[in-house]
Amino acid sequence: MSLRTLPLLFINLGGEMLYILDQRLRAQNIPSDKAKKVMNDIISTMFNKKFMEELFKSQELYSKKALRTVFDRLAHASIMRLNQASMDKLYDLMTMAFKYQVLLCPRPKDILLVTFNHMDAVKEFIRDSPSILNQVDEIFRQLIETYSCLPAGEFQLIRQTLLVFFQDLHIRVSIFLKDKVQNSNGRFVLPISGPVPWGTEIPGLIKMFNYDGEEVKRATFPVSGSYTNVLTEGSFDLFGDRVIKLGTNMYSVSRPVETHMSGTLKNSAARTKENTAPNPLAKEELNLLAQLMGGLEIKKPVGTEPGFRLNLFGTDEEEDQAAAIKSPEHFDEVIDIQVSKDQQQHEELARIMEEFHVQEQPKHSCSKGDDLLAMMDDL
Amino acid sequence: MISSTLSEYKSRCIVAEHLSSVFFQASWCVLPSRILLVLASQKGIQMYESDGSIMVYWHAVDTPEAPTAEAVFARGIAATRSNYICVGTSTGSVLVFNIPPKGTNITVSEVLEQHRDPITDIACDCSENKEYVADLVTADDSGVLCIWKSGEDFKLMHKLAAYGGTCSSVKMWSGIIAAGYGSGQILVYDAATGTVHVEVNAHARWICALDLASESGKLLSGAEDSFLRIWRIYRNSASNTIE
Repeated sequence: MSLRTLPLLFINLGGEMLYILDQRLRAQNIPSDKAKKVMNDIISTMFNKKFMEELFKSQELYSKKALRTVFDRLAHASIMRLNQASMDKLYDLMTMAFKYQVLLCPRPKDILLVTFNHMDAVKEFIRDSPSILNQVDEIFRQLIETYSCLPAGEFQLIRQTLLVFFQDLHIRVSIFLKDKVQNSNGRFVLPISGPVPWGTEIPGLIKMFNYDGEEVKRATFPVSGSYTNVLTEGSFDLFGDRVIKLGTNMYSVSRPVETHMSGTLKNSAARTKENTAPNPLAKEELNLLAQLMGGLEIKKPVGTEPGFRLNLFGTDEEEDQAAAIKSPEHFDEVIDIQVSKDQQQHEELARIMEEFHVQEQPKHSCSKGDDLLAMMDDL
Repeated sequence: MISSTLSEYKSRCIVAEHLSSVFFQASWCVLPSRILLVLASQKGIQMYESDGSIMVYWHAVDTPEAPTAEAVFARGIAATRSNYICVGTSTGSVLVFNIPPKGTNITVSEVLEQHRDPITDIACDCSENKEYVADLVTADDSGVLCIWKSGEDFKLMHKLAAYGGTCSSVKMWSGIIAAGYGSGQILVYDAATGTVHVEVNAHARWICALDLASESGKLLSGAEDSFLRIWRIYRNSASNTIE
């Protein structure tokens, strides 16, 4: 699958996270200077130069577990605190929102426009902080440089890589259910009306040509669904009208956004299944990530600036209920993360990771074709 | 017979899964003397006997020499009438494998290097009609189509410039080529001349797959707009066109 997917995954998920946090900060009436500080701290951590450099390298996507850890750390990069239940809900909302955006992108290249929508919003959040704005602009330029001239086929591969990552996630989100873009079984609705993607014609017309290339006949066929033409292509520059609405803040009108408990329960079971599959690489991956993010300061609530807890649920009681319902396995997963700037450790980890790549494929004993398969494992 | 094939295949599927590779395409290759199951993935190309019992050939595409910045994979599988199986790769090369009537002595007989972008699909003329010389078409991410005549040395008959966007799927029948594009259009070409005869605004989204019924010449297209459409293609001898 595509080796260029990670930056897009991270930035879009991060953008969704910021939308949700912004909405919750307002809903909980957190004083605006504190709220602003939270947003600034998280955004500057997210767009940290060293981390971004690592992200933009050609690589496969992180595992689901590793990515979740990155976002756990990111959400705690400020004086704000989230308990387990709220963090789970935050992550569920983020992932389902981005999955929706990827699935409904009219054409593969529009994923870039979705990313730019998120970037535009991030810039809006930190418009009063020129130094962070600078950081974000740098990354914006890097996005444009890396992705603008990729062919459509590469974007389709990126899109498929993302969809494989989100496969089997069917958490119901109330805002989607209300707008009827998601069914009660958690599946998204593909619309059969609306604007066609840029570069696509409205279906229905057949043109026939002769050997000299002249059009000789026309025919039409009936099309169910009502499509319209799109007038302009979205802008791929630093500034401009993106045209696509996917990736813009759907929480800007304050409505309570909930994930449905039963849906979450089902998903917890599914999640538990994946998490228990042994993956020796995961711990090393997480340590490497932690090491990178460990180079960043972690804000601890100190003295005159007390931390506060953000609640993703309507009330504290609901949050406690949600925490109680979660299966006990969740609390057993205490991931031991070492935060240190040890250069030697970094090198060793990198070496360990190299070794793991070779040993990763387990040997299987099957009845026939054994030696050929064994040969493949050793490659 | 069918159920045992499926169960063998299933067990082989489970084994293949553990090699932690993503499979891009699977195809039954029907040759005059045997049928092989060919799987194209991120790691390479696997060929199995038709009952899934034995893997007869393995070709790695993910080699140390492969460029590391780009994704590497195999995609696009077709069997020609004359004992060759062609598989495309992400570098744009098309590997031509010479398949003996039985056994595992499969060799790479040729590498076709006309494409510069990842191969999306390959198709062989699936009709019984032997009067048409060109019998293979290869397509890539940029929309370029190459039409070939298979044999000991494959001969390039036509190279068609990119029409508009990625050609995601291609099928061939009776000297007619049907190509589906990411823009949702289907284009029908005459393989002998390389000219476009039909342009259909078929779908509102990316066309994922095409299939041709070899006896009736009916074409099926499936796209991300959630529609499946069936088309009839025929040669109109009166006007000497394809419709």
